[in-house]
Amino acid sequence: MTYPSRVPEPYGQSGSSANLADILERVLDKGIVIAGDIRINLLDIELLTIKLRLIVASVDKAKEMGIDWWESDPALSSRARRDELTRENAELRARLTELEEGRPAGSSSVDRGRSRDEASLERGRTQQEESS
Amino acid sequence: MTGLRYVYAVCRPFGAALQAQLTGVAGAPPKLLSHHGLIAVLSEVPERDFSEEPLKAHLEDLDWLTATARAHQGVIDALTAVTTPLPLRLGTVFRDDSGVRVMMEAREDVFRRTLDRLEGRVEWGVKVYVDPESAADADERPPAKAASGRDYLRQRRMRTKSHEEMWQQAETFARRLHETLSGRAEDFRLHAPQNSALSGAAGRNVLNAAYLVPRRESEEFVEVVDRTKDDNPGLRVELTGPWAAYSFTEERQGNEEGA
Repeated sequence: MTYPSRVPEPYGQSGSSANLADILERVLDKGIVIAGDIRINLLDIELLTIKLRLIVASVDKAKEMGIDWWESDPALSSRARRDELTRENAELRARLTELEEGRPAGSSSVDRGRSRDEASLERGRTQQEESS
Repeated sequence: MTGLRYVYAVCRPFGAALQAQLTGVAGAPPKLLSHHGLIAVLSEVPERDFSEEPLKAHLEDLDWLTATARAHQGVIDALTAVTTPLPLRLGTVFRDDSGVRVMMEAREDVFRRTLDRLEGRVEWGVKVYVDPESAADADERPPAKAASGRDYLRQRRMRTKSHEEMWQQAETFARRLHETLSGRAEDFRLHAPQNSALSGAAGRNVLNAAYLVPRRESEEFVEVVDRTKDDNPGLRVELTGPWAAYSFTEERQGNEEGA
């Protein structure tokens, strides 16, 4: 090695065991673009589309990697959409009953309310970012 | 050689030897092709996998893509230890050595200019993640029971507000960190935040930046990043590198959508 003394030890393993997303981001999206004799278009596999391609190409593979967010995302799954409506409906009914009976709300229903708020805020953010 | 030529990088001649066991994308060891005072680092790859149609098909195969990307990066990493390589994008393939030579002649000026600009520099990746769960836990008071519908709504509003404050805090932190680090770097690029489903990292990625830093100043740069790490609950700073200057091969200063 020519310059080992001044360069710190690798962080986050830039070598063979680095985060796949970090590596793909660089080797597919950065670096010098030269049209070789073999013509391929890496735009076809831009990083942003990889996760979607994963889903289309291989749902099992994606699940194996723990990528299953589309199953619970109402924008992508009709089942999740139905589930969400059903849950929301049930919560509203429960809430209404509590109010009508004049009982203080149980903390558990407040918690459910919170997590749904956060989830919808999260989606709002994402949509905002994507549209900007 | 009868296969195709997969080119990893272009660099200036260097004295040191590459690791003896180093292998490239299809298992063959990388070779150096010298032309007009520059070196192309390439390895032989089989036509059955790297001609147009099979290559396109392979790129849709995540396992193949993963192995190829890691092998590509492995060669670039080995080169970074001994010289300053200009990394080429994955899948740059020529029919034979003479095709590579023609390419090197056509781009000689750009290669030399870019090599001059990047000589002795490395890239450091810095990412900031927000973990909404742990940030909320840090200042969470046990929620009081809502005594009325109005009370319930008020509590909801407060929670939404603290959630917004957390994001604001995260953005301020990321902006300040970026200001500090870009002051210590020769150049920077702001990349799109990584999707956590793809990276497998916990939390939400709010800053994904690359900094171009001279090797001899790298130690200092790393220390600056390290010092910021423990400041904020719910925020995580992740440093990767040193990488070859992947993000800086184009001749563009700063970042168009940057600070």
